[in-house]
Amino acid sequence: MTEPVVVLENVDMIFGEGAADQVHALKEINLQIEQNDFISLIGPSGCGKSTLLRVVGDLIQPSSGVATINGKSARQARLDQDYGIVFQAATLYDWRTVAKNVQLPLELMQFSRSEKDRRTQAMLELVELSDFASHYPWQLSGGMQQRVAIARALSFEPSILLMDEPFGALDEMTRERLNLELLDIWRKTDTTVLFVTHSITEAVFLSTRVIVMSARPGRITADISIDLPQPRNAETRSNVRFFELETEVREALRLSEGSQDPEGTPA
Amino acid sequence: MSESRQRIWAPVFILIAIVVLWEALVMAFNIQQFLLPKPSAIVGNLVQIVVLDSSASTGDSGDKVSLDKGFFTVLPSGLSSEDQAALEEARWFTFSFGGSRVSVMRGSNLTPILAASWFTLKEALGGMAMGTLAGVAVAIATTRWTATREALLPFAIAANSMPIIAFAPIMNNWFGLDNPFSKMAIVTIMIFFPIMINTVRGLFSVDSRSLELMRSYAASDTEILIKLRIPNALPSLFSGLKVAGALAMIGAIVGEYFGGPRIALGVFITQEAALFRFASAWAAILIACLIGITIYLVILVAERLALPWHPTFRA
Repeated sequence: MTEPVVVLENVDMIFGEGAADQVHALKEINLQIEQNDFISLIGPSGCGKSTLLRVVGDLIQPSSGVATINGKSARQARLDQDYGIVFQAATLYDWRTVAKNVQLPLELMQFSRSEKDRRTQAMLELVELSDFASHYPWQLSGGMQQRVAIARALSFEPSILLMDEPFGALDEMTRERLNLELLDIWRKTDTTVLFVTHSITEAVFLSTRVIVMSARPGRITADISIDLPQPRNAETRSNVRFFELETEVREALRLSEGSQDPEGTPA
Repeated sequence: MSESRQRIWAPVFILIAIVVLWEALVMAFNIQQFLLPKPSAIVGNLVQIVVLDSSASTGDSGDKVSLDKGFFTVLPSGLSSEDQAALEEARWFTFSFGGSRVSVMRGSNLTPILAASWFTLKEALGGMAMGTLAGVAVAIATTRWTATREALLPFAIAANSMPIIAFAPIMNNWFGLDNPFSKMAIVTIMIFFPIMINTVRGLFSVDSRSLELMRSYAASDTEILIKLRIPNALPSLFSGLKVAGALAMIGAIVGEYFGGPRIALGVFITQEAALFRFASAWAAILIACLIGITIYLVILVAERLALPWHPTFRA
């Protein structure tokens, strides 16, 4: 068995530590993610899902505890360019065309010119936007922009894809289509995905495991394995097991909301 | 009428209305020409001093060569080779018009008003170039050393509300009245602060997600500056340049009011006014306005070319 991709040990995150209004965002987080896992983080607003994602991606440093990524520190993993990140907003650079946006990480990582072009083309094909290569971001719909962001995150084949509510701002139809596209890409690329979402349906449909979190302080309250058959497709949604798992996650969420830690700061 | 046509014609209509009203009022109330000349007189004088002849202005009437009176010169046939050579030297370029060859004469042969405009324009553009370079350089430096920004911004804001033109006599003393650098220095100082403040604002108003993205790619500060901060700052730099364009002409002309070489727009205006040749003064002011508008339009076009992605240009 290969070593886990992500190992979090006793991670605590306290913002404004010592101050009267300190926020205990994460408490005693222990989590292990295996190669090729698709993990969803789900929980009420303010439960620290995004904070946890940022700790894994070394965009913030935990107050205590250790994050080990691919057997090294999170910082080293970031410097080694192990992460592809997709936010809720596409965060494309307005002054770059679609193709140039996809190329941004490739430029920074000094890929050769031919390799840059090859990968950009391949990525745009993967997200079905080849015809829009020379468009500017404002000329695309929200869903298309998000697909560009995904293409950008995957272009340099990062070992971990961190996604912070990537489809949260999209309409239901677009979201379902992009869910399928994302699964397709995940199968083709061997990436490990850490996915933050508000949607129970989305979490169950996409994931191999769903991690349920509670708010203030953010803790892991349930870890549900999703044993739906792969590959998932439109029929998966009508599978009886799908509904059972949805109910299980919903129940876990309800329980976690009732279990507010007395030490936590009030809302 | 379509909306775009309306956008063009409405201001034109207003301009015509103002000019007609001005003309009518001057005639109706019999206002003295030296107080407020009629627009027709100003334009007539403008044509006269720009194209035809220099006698209406302060020009040196003792010019020997009759050929260099105007900006445009029709070449008479049968010139001696000596005259021909002299012409070749003075000529900028030649074109054919209605059967005769017309030469456009070079700088030294411009009518005084055009020479003065050219001189003042050079001062304004020189000052703009230096002020913009300095402003952008300091703004970029503040991204490296944040302390610089904290230390400089209060001064920049204070300086921005100062009447910098008050330094004009000092600059004239430092660099010499006739030295164009004295006016360029004033323009540079005037331009520096709006450019710097706008650029700093653009460099720092970077979306935090965009920064996190760069960090996740392990991008260096220099890469973040080049690939994120500077493109992000371009729109505000252009806003600064538009302000700067207007300030540059003001700085140069008012600087010349405190003294300068005879062939300078500000000096020309003060001299014509002192000699009660108000139509000439007004004509020179009109030219200054046209130059200012042209600078603004050039910046506008440059902005469009540089920022085809910007929201203001979205169809």
